[in-house]
Amino acid sequence: MTAEDWIEACAAADIDDEDVIRFDHGDRTFAIYRNAKNQYFATDGFCTHERVHLANGLVMGNLIECPKHNGRFDITTGEAKRAPACEKLNTYPVKVEAGKVYIRID
Amino acid sequence: MAVKRRDYSLTGPEGKRAMEKGLVSAEWYTCPIPRARLKALMKRKNGPAIRDTLIWFGALLASGYLAYLSWGTWWAVPAFALYGILYATPADSRWHECGHGTAFRTPWMNEVLYQIASFMAIRSATPWRWSHSRHHTDTIIVGRDPEIVAERPPIWRIIGMELFHLYGGPREIVRFVLHCIGKVDAEEKEYIPVSEYKKTFREARIYLLIMIGVVAACVYAGSVLPAMFIILPSFYGFFIVLLFGMTQHLGLKEDVLDHRLNSRTIYMNPVLRFLYWNMNYHVEHHMFPMVPYHALPKLHEEIKADCPAANPGLWSALKEVFGALRKQKEDPAYALIRPLPSTARPYWFDSSAAKPDGGANVTA
Repeated sequence: MTAEDWIEACAAADIDDEDVIRFDHGDRTFAIYRNAKNQYFATDGFCTHERVHLANGLVMGNLIECPKHNGRFDITTGEAKRAPACEKLNTYPVKVEAGKVYIRID
Repeated sequence: MAVKRRDYSLTGPEGKRAMEKGLVSAEWYTCPIPRARLKALMKRKNGPAIRDTLIWFGALLASGYLAYLSWGTWWAVPAFALYGILYATPADSRWHECGHGTAFRTPWMNEVLYQIASFMAIRSATPWRWSHSRHHTDTIIVGRDPEIVAERPPIWRIIGMELFHLYGGPREIVRFVLHCIGKVDAEEKEYIPVSEYKKTFREARIYLLIMIGVVAACVYAGSVLPAMFIILPSFYGFFIVLLFGMTQHLGLKEDVLDHRLNSRTIYMNPVLRFLYWNMNYHVEHHMFPMVPYHALPKLHEEIKADCPAANPGLWSALKEVFGALRKQKEDPAYALIRPLPSTARPYWFDSSAAKPDGGANVTA
């Protein structure tokens, strides 16, 4: 992976403990998470059930709950964990360097 | 002159019209609220729901015992009325909250109470989970929302039958039978994914087995008494469920993307709020369905400056609803539009216009 493959998304401190923010890049949107163990993850920004921004949802442990229908996904694997979410979310590698969060978008 | 009636079915032409107008799976107006505050309100707990469930089941046991003692006397009428209200009304609200997964923090607790409440409410657990998702996606969008309580103009006969669940209840039992033989009706096919059919069929078979068991107990006992405790309360105890449900959206706008226009918040006393699990805060619930029932009063305080005033009570709301329904008998396009306070952003009437700048949550 080259330096150009990693895109700076936000400052690490921009995301509260056990929370999520939205990151838009071009015409794509992503959700960047920070869990209670200070680990960072990234997924597609829209719920796979309906076109709703997960960044308005609730992070509980390693789960993100969609704010519209309470569907849940595992933020570490993208697996759908609660209906009406059935399809998996795409996940993306994340790294934190010098206080900044980088995401690698394929 | 005959008043034209829209086709409220999910399989008619209105769904396509809604799609063309941009009303399907659309983005809705939300009141501004700082992210940090919303996060605090969304936090889940087990305590309130465990407490309320113990109170509910305790009240059911106590009222059930009174009803049993009164059987054969005229005291049975008020005793079973009380039991029926305590059976059916919380069943509906617990079905609702647990279906959202927000009652308890612990997922299995939501699921267990959801399954029990679904049976008590005579609602197939899986189909209604998906029906309710559709209701939240396309709230009161004609041709898309399967949970619109009354058409326009209203059919008074159906509303009257529903006082004792005599319209919706038998329809649901017919669906149980269809599900038992592995069939899903045309409307349900619009919102239940095929991957969920197996669960749907299994649940229906379990429900029908329980019902057959209760009927068998009645035959064995030579009395309707067993059914007076399980199954029949879903009918004779339903009237408060109907009255509550009628206040949620009736008389207000259809085909809009602003819950302040199509949903109603009412102030209620603590007893009614216990039965209803705070669903009287209905604007708040639709706008932020991830906020659990116990935090809705606080959410109301946060956003009320951006919303029409809440109705002062259930009676006020019902008068408003029935007044609007009477007007809709002659003019189906009639809808009540409540004034906004001066602090509020304007209503979003026209989905083709720009959304009033409420938008997503404001970062603190």
